[in-house]
Amino acid sequence: MVSPLLQVSRLTTRLGGEGQPVRVVDGVDLEIRKGETFALLGESGCGKSMLALSLMRLLPPSGRIVGGSVRLGDTDLLALPEGAMRRVRGGRMAMIFQEPQTSLNPVLTVGQQIAEAVRLHDGTTRRQVRERVQGLLQAVGIPEPARRVDEYPHQLSGGMKQRVMIAMALAGDPELLIADEPTTALDVTIQAQVLRLLKGLQRETGMAVLLITHDLGVVAETADRLAVMYAGQIVETATSAGFFADPAHPYSRRLMDSLPSPEKRAGRLAVIPGRVPPLDRPFTGCRFADRCHRVMDRCREIEPGWHQPSASQGVRCLLWAEGRPESDVPATGAAAGLVRIAAEPSRQPLVLRVDGLQVHFPIHRGVFRRVVGQVRAVDGIDLELYAGRTLALVGESGCGKTTAGKGLLQLIRPTAGVVRYGGVDLAGLKGRALRRQRKDLQIIFQDPFASMNPRMLVGDIVGEGLQALGLEPNRARRRARVAELLGQVGMSAEAADRYPHEFSGGQRQRICIARALAVEPRVIVCDEPTSALDVSVQAQILNLLKRLQDELGLAYLFITHNISVVSYLAHEVAVMYLGRIVERGTVDEVLDDPKHPYTRALLSAVPVVDKDKRREIIRLEGDMPSPSSPPEGCHFHPRCPEGIAECRQAYPPPTRLSETRSVRCLRVSA
Amino acid sequence: MAARTASAALVILGVGSLVFLLIHLVPGDPVEAMLGEGARAADREVLRAALGLDRPLAEQYLGYLARTASLDLGQSFAYQRPVADLLAERIPATLELALAALTLALLLALPLGVLAARHRGGALDTGAMGFSLLGAAIPNFWLGPVLILVFSLWLGWTPVSGREGAASLVLPAVTLGTGLAAVLARMVRSSVLEVLAEDYIRTARAKGLRESSLLWGHALRNAWLPVLTLIGLQLGGLLAGAVITETVFAWPGVGSLLIEAIQARDYPVVQACVLLISLTYVLVNALTDLVCAWADPRVRG
Repeated sequence: MVSPLLQVSRLTTRLGGEGQPVRVVDGVDLEIRKGETFALLGESGCGKSMLALSLMRLLPPSGRIVGGSVRLGDTDLLALPEGAMRRVRGGRMAMIFQEPQTSLNPVLTVGQQIAEAVRLHDGTTRRQVRERVQGLLQAVGIPEPARRVDEYPHQLSGGMKQRVMIAMALAGDPELLIADEPTTALDVTIQAQVLRLLKGLQRETGMAVLLITHDLGVVAETADRLAVMYAGQIVETATSAGFFADPAHPYSRRLMDSLPSPEKRAGRLAVIPGRVPPLDRPFTGCRFADRCHRVMDRCREIEPGWHQPSASQGVRCLLWAEGRPESDVPATGAAAGLVRIAAEPSRQPLVLRVDGLQVHFPIHRGVFRRVVGQVRAVDGIDLELYAGRTLALVGESGCGKTTAGKGLLQLIRPTAGVVRYGGVDLAGLKGRALRRQRKDLQIIFQDPFASMNPRMLVGDIVGEGLQALGLEPNRARRRARVAELLGQVGMSAEAADRYPHEFSGGQRQRICIARALAVEPRVIVCDEPTSALDVSVQAQILNLLKRLQDELGLAYLFITHNISVVSYLAHEVAVMYLGRIVERGTVDEVLDDPKHPYTRALLSAVPVVDKDKRREIIRLEGDMPSPSSPPEGCHFHPRCPEGIAECRQAYPPPTRLSETRSVRCLRVSA
Repeated sequence: MAARTASAALVILGVGSLVFLLIHLVPGDPVEAMLGEGARAADREVLRAALGLDRPLAEQYLGYLARTASLDLGQSFAYQRPVADLLAERIPATLELALAALTLALLLALPLGVLAARHRGGALDTGAMGFSLLGAAIPNFWLGPVLILVFSLWLGWTPVSGREGAASLVLPAVTLGTGLAAVLARMVRSSVLEVLAEDYIRTARAKGLRESSLLWGHALRNAWLPVLTLIGLQLGGLLAGAVITETVFAWPGVGSLLIEAIQARDYPVVQACVLLISLTYVLVNALTDLVCAWADPRVRG
């Protein structure tokens, strides 16, 4: 066997003081071979990033490596003096991070930041530095590198910034690139670009990549081998193909089962109850035991050792102690087969109808703050919401989907258009009349951490709507109602007397849902309610939303960029691009047979776990243009792989394909 | 820019009017101050009429506004000289002291703040912040005399007061500068600490940069921006005349002129000084905003 490029053994890292150290990495063994992509998979808080930072010896000040060894080739990294380690960092071993928005220094030009890395590791002369920087920008596919070198990070899009980060990492010709959630903050089409770029660079330079991610789809599409991390330990290692064919650890199994997909839509998603245990105390037995659906008595007593289901797979689970265990019971009720619903148009009553909704933001400039243009965030969209049904509004960041949701609720006043609800046009209402309607229209926000006042008790947060709208002025009855609401979202009534920070992300989102439900709304706008949550928690929230819809007949406008969530939860889909809806129809129509080239590209870019379902990725060039100056004609034509000359002339009218379906593309005919 | 100029003009008008009214409302009479208590009533009336103080307040106010608008600051009652001349004599002294104090403050505060942030929680941090607390807590009217006692009277290194040569600048500059440095150092420290926690600092570390180039090249360039605003505010205060320090050291600046004028009920001089002070604040603040915008590429756009 070839000697590995990186060999980690018994690595243990602690955070925090002597009093109660947190063992964020606890005896990890890993091997990464030359040129391979090795994925480290796990939920947030399980120690992935801390492991990566330990390898680079870049831990925060309170972090300390207390044991184990890290060898890169023949070098023992933990024994290197700091000066020599600095030459390794950014040299033989480079790292890129999750948030390209904040990972570049805002006051230095892109060129200056890359040049720094070049000068440190390349030994080039001053004159050659600029050339080399431009060469690197070229290598990561940034157009017009000669101009871009002198730009500042804020002048670049998110995807471009991540490319700059990669260029910086490449400066020292690394043997190993550690990529910590490199595409999590990016849109899927941009994610596809960046992942393809990494693959290409790997082929050219022969570097290995340690890819840290929570996204099973990304792992399935890019990794050669992988390790699953849980509570500071590795619980399973396998080849990518072997893992996805047959995950051995119950945790791995459940992670896969909790992914939403069309097959699971008739039933409930598998959930992993509870949360990752705190790592500040010693464990006896298996760390996953408390959340495991196949837990046995001895799991709580014996710490499981490594077992080998196959030559290339290792698992830390007692189930495998006596060879292959009986196969897992299917976790979802829908495993019996594909259940197709929602193919027919809705027979539910129409609750809300949006016609020609426009939200424009004026751009002011100059001494007198003259209006010099308009950002056409939402530029004429039509929507219908039916009781008990979910309409998914899908699109990439900046397409206007959140603004559309807020415009619908009159949280931002629309520039034009009609929002008809219960016989009135909400867009024309003001003051008290509008406030009366607020009861029926609620919203759940993306970030459950930021959308609650941290100084208010949960009970007051949930009950505020009841009080503000005068629905329940009696204090005692309001308390009882809040307790009932908390029960409805699966929380105990005691939560009412606590503050938001005492709860996890998933619990907070439940509280936000209870708050929205308090005033007995008929329509709820869900603005990316699960995108800040881990998959297992996402599954809990999606299950909850689905159950509430069935019980209460709620109409949801579900705003998201996550296609797999759409396939699980939605009945109808509308795809947005640059302020307009380019394609709409039922879930089956749009997801199974996308017609608009943009929808096709968007769907093809979504990483898929199941190999058989993968589509050829349709490459989209560049970024979405600015909504302040949309391209002439069809907004999508400059990036469209199927564009023709006529596309430039006028925005295509909708083509009706069925009772429920329409597409705005010249290439699609009825 | 037009909006800024208008709001600045409004501020200055407001301050000018307020001072005019206040100074006429407080008890005290310039005529009495000029002629002394033994003067005859008739003489007082003549002088009062000559100075225009016998007319109704509204009329005096309008006259004051009109003169100020035509850049005429009037005559000093006490000195019998144009106020503009008096100011022209005093401004260079104040400017000199302000710049010396600010330079000293920056030289102390920047290294102190950065090193304290770098060695957060260590002995250096504790020491620097202890000094800073002390510097902020010790009032200038105490520090000034103590410095005079030690360096002028015991050691005889510097003049006791006045403005004669570079040596006389040392003590007032130290008195003013250490106080400023104390506040600035804290600000630099917290700003650098904040920046050091940013993602791009981690990126720079991952590149293999030394701690020193990280600190001075990456962190300080960002930490600078909030500090600049504070420096602007402090400079405004310094230029407005460090009243106490100038008095303690008998430094012939705008601050001590203002004190003298208030004691003598020398209305035109008081009004002119206050006008100058508010104008300086407005100008320095506008300048600070420009510098901040220039230093931050995101604002520069």
